[in-house]
Amino acid sequence: MIAEVWAALYIVVLAAFVGYEVISRIPTLLHTPLMSGSNFIHGIVLIGAMVALGFASTFAEEILGFVAVVMGAMNVTGGYVVTDRILQMFDRSKSKGG
Amino acid sequence: MIDFIDPIYILTILFFVLALQRMSDPKTARSGIVYAGAAMLVAVLVTFFVPGIGNLPWIVVGTAVGGFLGFYAAKRVKMTDMPQMVAIFNGMGGGAAASIAAVELVAYTESTGFLSLAVAGGLIGSVSFSGSVIAFLKLQGWMTQRSVTFPGQQPTNIAVLVVAGISGGLLLVFAGGFWLWPFFLLALGYGILMTLPIGGADMPVVISMYNALTGVAVALDGFALVDTSAGAAAYAMIIAGTLVGAAGSFLTIVMARAMNRSLANVLFAAYGAKVEEGGTVSGALKPIDIDDAAVMMAYASKVIITPGYGMAVAQAQQKVKELMDALESKGVTVKFGIHPVAGRMPGHMNVLLAEAGVPYDRLFDQEEINPEFPSADVVVVIGANDVVNPAARRAGSPLQGMPILDVDRSKNVLVLKRGQGKGFAGIENELFYKDNARLLYGDAQETVAKLVQAIKKL
Repeated sequence: MIAEVWAALYIVVLAAFVGYEVISRIPTLLHTPLMSGSNFIHGIVLIGAMVALGFASTFAEEILGFVAVVMGAMNVTGGYVVTDRILQMFDRSKSKGG
Repeated sequence: MIDFIDPIYILTILFFVLALQRMSDPKTARSGIVYAGAAMLVAVLVTFFVPGIGNLPWIVVGTAVGGFLGFYAAKRVKMTDMPQMVAIFNGMGGGAAASIAAVELVAYTESTGFLSLAVAGGLIGSVSFSGSVIAFLKLQGWMTQRSVTFPGQQPTNIAVLVVAGISGGLLLVFAGGFWLWPFFLLALGYGILMTLPIGGADMPVVISMYNALTGVAVALDGFALVDTSAGAAAYAMIIAGTLVGAAGSFLTIVMARAMNRSLANVLFAAYGAKVEEGGTVSGALKPIDIDDAAVMMAYASKVIITPGYGMAVAQAQQKVKELMDALESKGVTVKFGIHPVAGRMPGHMNVLLAEAGVPYDRLFDQEEINPEFPSADVVVVIGANDVVNPAARRAGSPLQGMPILDVDRSKNVLVLKRGQGKGFAGIENELFYKDNARLLYGDAQETVAKLVQAIKKL
């Protein structure tokens, strides 16, 4: 169990570095989609919520797990649609600007 | 059975990184988010096959309800209302993270190191949830956009946070149900209290910060789940959460730097709560009428437009695009100068102008556009105030040191303003009193529409 935490910490260090390197190349033009896109990415919390509800054994756990699933699902779909709508406009303004 | 869940989660993470990488160019950005969306969908579907998972009907119902609400809200919202949408969806992520932590804390019977991570995830997720909800209410205009202050505010906030932390500690020690209540209630309360004193123009910083906090909460939840039957999902959450934590922190720093203020100052100084008595500005406000302004612009060779939050409020972006077209048909070069904190979220103005169909190669950030102002014949300031206030260059001003757009260095400045009010910082804008500045009062959308008509007639 301790070994797993250390393994996860190795991953965190690398993920933070990759994240920073990739993100610092994103132009200010796209800072809104960066924000809403990363908003969508933390929607991965939905799979954690599904597992939490899926292994819930008492009523209290089920209620909390259900709340987590609903919120996580809102996060995922809302984050995706918002980001896609914004990037669609940049897509379009490219073709018009030619 | 062959484990197909782990490889799929790994691919999902890979696609998330690819999506961020493709976002470095507007030409590839959209394909990136489509890949990430497909990867997320597959990841959610395989989660139904985690060995031993139960309550499947409720998972389906919850996903369907949340998915529908998110989809519907995100499809309907206007582009000008995007900041509050981003805030509320971020809050939902924080709330989900807090709820997962709560499930772990309710379920546990013996104290382990993992549970302290669940406590941390619960605290940060709760703060991000309630804080984002307050940010949403402010941006939506359902409560005041100004800084809300009361006597003893900071000591109260710190006390709430400390007691929440102590409750979290006791929760671990006593393995017990009761301490869950003060812990979560105080954590939620702290998120509210912390966001109340933050005013509208500081929202770009705050939204970015809550984005980062939700990412961190998701990663902490991942740590708390590593040792459970959710092991595979846990690693995906740790990596995705860390990526978002990095992205959110990056944006938070960029935004705070663009205002030359520390994050602590943005969060705790209740900026803009007091309106200062500035009487030091000399000169007179010089109005101009539509026709003169139209002539000035139509016979210019270069016009730079600098929009601010006022353009969003007036929904004027479409008319601004028409203004650009009208000027270009007269042979005028038109560029846009965008300040990083113009608007209510990072990149707000870029999004609105892209919506209106302004090609993104006309949009320039502060560093690119500032050297161009001296050669511009006319600068049109639409609903921007503090980000163009030359007082920022002067020692002693509340704006001192804030990097601004140097619009006052151009030959003529045309300022479109709703009324004679002050900017968010509550100080007079010295720009408006400069000899080369002319003011056009009125609703930005109407004013720009009239300008377009007048230019077309010339």
